[in-house]
Amino acid sequence: MSIQYKEIHCTINGSPVDRMVDVRASLTDLLRNDFRLTSVKKGCEVGECGACNVIIDGECFNSCIYLAIWADGKNIRTLESLLGPNGELSDIQQAFIDEAAVQCGFCTPGFIMSAVEILESGREYTDDELRKLLSGHLCRCTGYENIIRAVKKTMYRRLGKPLPETT
Amino acid sequence: MYDIKALYEAGSVAEAVRLRVEHPEAQIIAGGSDVLVQIREGRRAGVELISIYGIDALRGVTLDEAENLRIGSLTSFSHITRDPLIQRHCPVLGEAVDQVGGPQIRNIGTIGGNTCNGVTSADSASTLFAWDAVIELTGPEGVRRLPIADFYLRAGKVDVRPGEIQTAILIPRESYENCYGHYIKYAMRSAMDIATLGCSVNVRLSPDGTIARARIAYGVAGPVPLRAATAEAVARGQIPSRALADRFARAVLEDIHPRDSWRAAKDFREHIAVETARRAFCESVRRAGGELA
Amino acid sequence: MSKSVGQSKLRVDAFDKVTGRAQYTDDLCDARALVAKVVHSTIAHGMVTAVETEAALAVPGVVKVLTCFDVPNYPFPTAGHPWSTDPAHQDIADRLLLNRHVRYYGDDVAVVIAQDEVAAVRAARLVKVTYEEYPFVLDVQEAMKPGAPVIHGELRENNILAHTQLHRGDYEAARQEPGLIKVEGWYDTPTVQHCHIENHICYASMQGGRITVVTSTQIPHIIRRVCGQALGIPWGQLRIVKPYIGGGFGNKQDALYEPLCAWLTTQVGGRTVKLDCTREETFVSNRVRHAIRTHIISYVRPDGSFAARRIECFSNQGAYASHGHSIAAKGMGAFPQIYPCDNVEGDAYTVYTNRPTAGAMRGYGIPQAMWAGECHIDDVARALGRDPVEYRRQVVMPQGYTDAFSKNVNYYDTFRQVMDKGVEAIGWAEKRAAYAHQTGPVRRGIGMALFWYNTAVWPISLETSSCRMVLNQDGSVQVQTGETEIGQGCDTAYSQMAADAIGVPFEQVHIVSTQDTDITPFGTGAYASRQTYIGGFSIQQTGRLLRERILDYAQELTRQTRANLDLVDGRIVRTSDGQVLMSLGELATEALYSLTHSVHLTAESTYQIKNNAYSFGCSFAEVEVDIPMCKVRLLDLVNVHDCGSLINPALAEAQVHGGMSMAIGYGLSEELKFDPKTGRPLNNNLLDYKLSTTMDHPHLRAYFVENPEPTSPYGTKALGEPPACSPAPAIRNAILQATGVALDEAPMTPHLLFRAFRSAGLFDEEGGAGHV
Repeated sequence: MSIQYKEIHCTINGSPVDRMVDVRASLTDLLRNDFRLTSVKKGCEVGECGACNVIIDGECFNSCIYLAIWADGKNIRTLESLLGPNGELSDIQQAFIDEAAVQCGFCTPGFIMSAVEILESGREYTDDELRKLLSGHLCRCTGYENIIRAVKKTMYRRLGKPLPETT
Repeated sequence: MYDIKALYEAGSVAEAVRLRVEHPEAQIIAGGSDVLVQIREGRRAGVELISIYGIDALRGVTLDEAENLRIGSLTSFSHITRDPLIQRHCPVLGEAVDQVGGPQIRNIGTIGGNTCNGVTSADSASTLFAWDAVIELTGPEGVRRLPIADFYLRAGKVDVRPGEIQTAILIPRESYENCYGHYIKYAMRSAMDIATLGCSVNVRLSPDGTIARARIAYGVAGPVPLRAATAEAVARGQIPSRALADRFARAVLEDIHPRDSWRAAKDFREHIAVETARRAFCESVRRAGGELA
Repeated sequence: MSKSVGQSKLRVDAFDKVTGRAQYTDDLCDARALVAKVVHSTIAHGMVTAVETEAALAVPGVVKVLTCFDVPNYPFPTAGHPWSTDPAHQDIADRLLLNRHVRYYGDDVAVVIAQDEVAAVRAARLVKVTYEEYPFVLDVQEAMKPGAPVIHGELRENNILAHTQLHRGDYEAARQEPGLIKVEGWYDTPTVQHCHIENHICYASMQGGRITVVTSTQIPHIIRRVCGQALGIPWGQLRIVKPYIGGGFGNKQDALYEPLCAWLTTQVGGRTVKLDCTREETFVSNRVRHAIRTHIISYVRPDGSFAARRIECFSNQGAYASHGHSIAAKGMGAFPQIYPCDNVEGDAYTVYTNRPTAGAMRGYGIPQAMWAGECHIDDVARALGRDPVEYRRQVVMPQGYTDAFSKNVNYYDTFRQVMDKGVEAIGWAEKRAAYAHQTGPVRRGIGMALFWYNTAVWPISLETSSCRMVLNQDGSVQVQTGETEIGQGCDTAYSQMAADAIGVPFEQVHIVSTQDTDITPFGTGAYASRQTYIGGFSIQQTGRLLRERILDYAQELTRQTRANLDLVDGRIVRTSDGQVLMSLGELATEALYSLTHSVHLTAESTYQIKNNAYSFGCSFAEVEVDIPMCKVRLLDLVNVHDCGSLINPALAEAQVHGGMSMAIGYGLSEELKFDPKTGRPLNNNLLDYKLSTTMDHPHLRAYFVENPEPTSPYGTKALGEPPACSPAPAIRNAILQATGVALDEAPMTPHLLFRAFRSAGLFDEEGGAGHV
């Protein structure tokens, strides 16, 4: 059986790329195999766990159930894009470290990318809203507690507001 | 890597229709959150696909010349929820699809895909039933419109004919005007779940405060989404009250026929159907500005 | 001297994990690896009579199809226990790499090796297996009945894998005492799965005639032994590498597909073969938690004291022995200890059934035991009309209690201390009173539960740990142990311990996270909440050894008296006046490159531990129950732990959150279900198996009572598993207060609540529009 390919042009982590893509590939396959962006994790491959989450044109998607060919013309960002030019951590990555929001680390990249979308909205969310915005990720290590705190603290820091006790 | 035999991409509705005619065996893929999962499961392994995901013309919500709400079939759930027209005219639909899966699923999942799947648990479906939505299909012979209740043929089977794709879902002006509704998704957890039962109610009050019209539809109360006509009749012309809510709710048992499955038992679903009907009715009346005597 | 232990140091692996640089098994595997797909049985019990492979072999890209008729005949055990050289104590060897006699729906029958995943999956679907079907049994007590289908006839006449008993005093005589109140209950727990986010994955290849397996495991050295046993080859022919793993929780404390994968590479000329479990396979064809049904009878005097108690545990082992009876035995072991009674009788049965194999899972029998025991204690308190906290204070294990078998001592009055803290945190007295007489459809309640947990496995099994330290030219130190980082944070805790033991700053310790059995000193891995306790012994000992060697060399270099030299914060200090004589880096560089006395300063040692430590704590839960909707909302959850001194308070708290989360699922939503007609698993995916999400949790609160453990080098004891043990019964007891309905079956799903509330007449009581 001959494999069908399609040429796509897209931007991955700020760099324009051209690739011949196997039409059977998921975006997870493309990012992991062709670009070695291994922060994109496989946890269920059916869009239930969120470990493969990436940002496409500003919105979060589970790349496991996103065909690679659909990346054509899109701007795709993975966790690897967050580091500064000299390896500086972004504020949300630092917050995950500082708040002990990382344990096994397997869900971490996906969570951080959802946090990036949340934070880039520039909006202030209540705790319940944050919980809902992060609800597309499963974590078995942390009970989500420190993850939510890391996102919340970074949100308030970016908003230039003090961290309230509860919202 | 999915077991896909061939993939054809449509950039326009016309192209999609042409591909549908050329490849009658091919499966349409919109956002893929169901189709890709089915391929992986093996149910559709080795399939040919027609991807319509790239047809941007099918995205967005507008009011047509008759002020019907027109939702492009590829509009994602999150975009429906955020849409100002939806928020103004049919906020309950935005609320309903805001309960699908989780945020990432709501970014990829489309309302067209949700309905074309033909599954009774679709979070959009009960609300679309309750608001008398109209399905628009485009095919080689042009555009065809039909009430959503006719669109669902049986479990997993909808009336999409050879050559056709679904292009829009319309909510008629008459249907949304002065109507207020509430959707309750009953599921086993608060996110990332399919509905054990979905109940969508809306009411229109008369100037005298009586109920001009009450509509109620369910997901997972039968093989396809359905309306509970007996309950609607019970409420019509009545003064809203808690007692009425109770009668309305109990009347749904005349029309629903949930089944026993490992996911939930029939008697449990019936119990929840009554309770959600009661609550959704009361909330709809409140939203309509009514008071419960 | 600054101390690392006790500080909330940031995780040593956090940078790599937040940047995507931490490499897990799949990230390391060559993209050109061959892909293996297992063909699983589609019946729950039977004998494979034929496997047709022609159609599968015809799929382009398929390299080989191997079946249960091809595998070597070396039955092997899989449990991640230290090996016992005494055959009587060895784990049961009851499976082959692929099995003709299939014993659960999902058993391993054949395997396809192909050039890519699509071809492997497609071919696996085309492998046609013919069976002679046998009757099957899913329920543990059904499996014990005469006439039940025997699952391992080659080993046992019936399905009882093991039966142990407990006798203390004279139960039969004691229960005759006049005036006793009898409280009896049956308590059920479900089959659940670990659901680490990284599925089990491994890949194997051959170099130099030896097999290397890179695997997502908690126990690399044990995996090497089991692979050797399964393949019938000398254990030194195998090399196991464990990189970062995406969680384990006990599932990966078992030989999963490593033995099969190791064999597969030998069947394709040593080429790399990757075996990556799907989520669906992980649920069914890895390991699950034992579903245990427990029967407890307490004879209680009117003053609340126990006259006699009896327990029966029926542990559903599933198809293969794996960890076997260890789980039920540990659970039953808690029973006479947490609430001591002079007259106790018990029977624990571990029974083969045709469910997926149960193995180790966070808590190792104690979540089941606490479900039963702590539901029961509330039932007793209720029968006596006593407040659950006040009653527990009366009957719980007292300070000074010593267990006859483990020799564990309750050195502090920990139970009362943790309860005091929990009572205050949740506002027990006020809320308990406020929620005492509620009506209406939505009601609140609070409840609590205790837990008992033993650290590590001594004296049941070997406890040993080895450590190696290597000094670099700059004064930094590589530290290696056989105990593994699985997400719990032991690399960070170990770095802290090592820093203090040697006398260097935390930053100068470079923990080697990867275990490689060719390089890493022997250790049995991550389990039994033993990492900081057991690892602590060998790290402290090895650190001191290195420190002595450094100071000996410092004496040579500085010509100061040895007694006046110390290593403090990475500097050689003269203790008499505090003068810094040289940095450790200067010393290390000189030591390596000295033209007069060159020496590589290293240390390595093994510590065998013949101690064990109790870990105790409690949970307090507050719930809101919407009776007509059959829903429980968890409003608050507090865990209080005494796990000794905290090595790293921030990471300890995070560990507790995770355990609480797992327990919320255990109590309210998680259950692997099976079709009673076929034995087929029904919900082996993350949509239908209900892990709790961010939206299902309240704010989780963790508190500690830090009583230093006297037997432990750093005052620490079990932390990782205990948090998962008590929240579920605490939630149950809160629901009991809210509704008056005692639920004896976990998980307490809406389905269960519906039946229980209906039986209790709560719907009739409510009903009506007035309550909307």
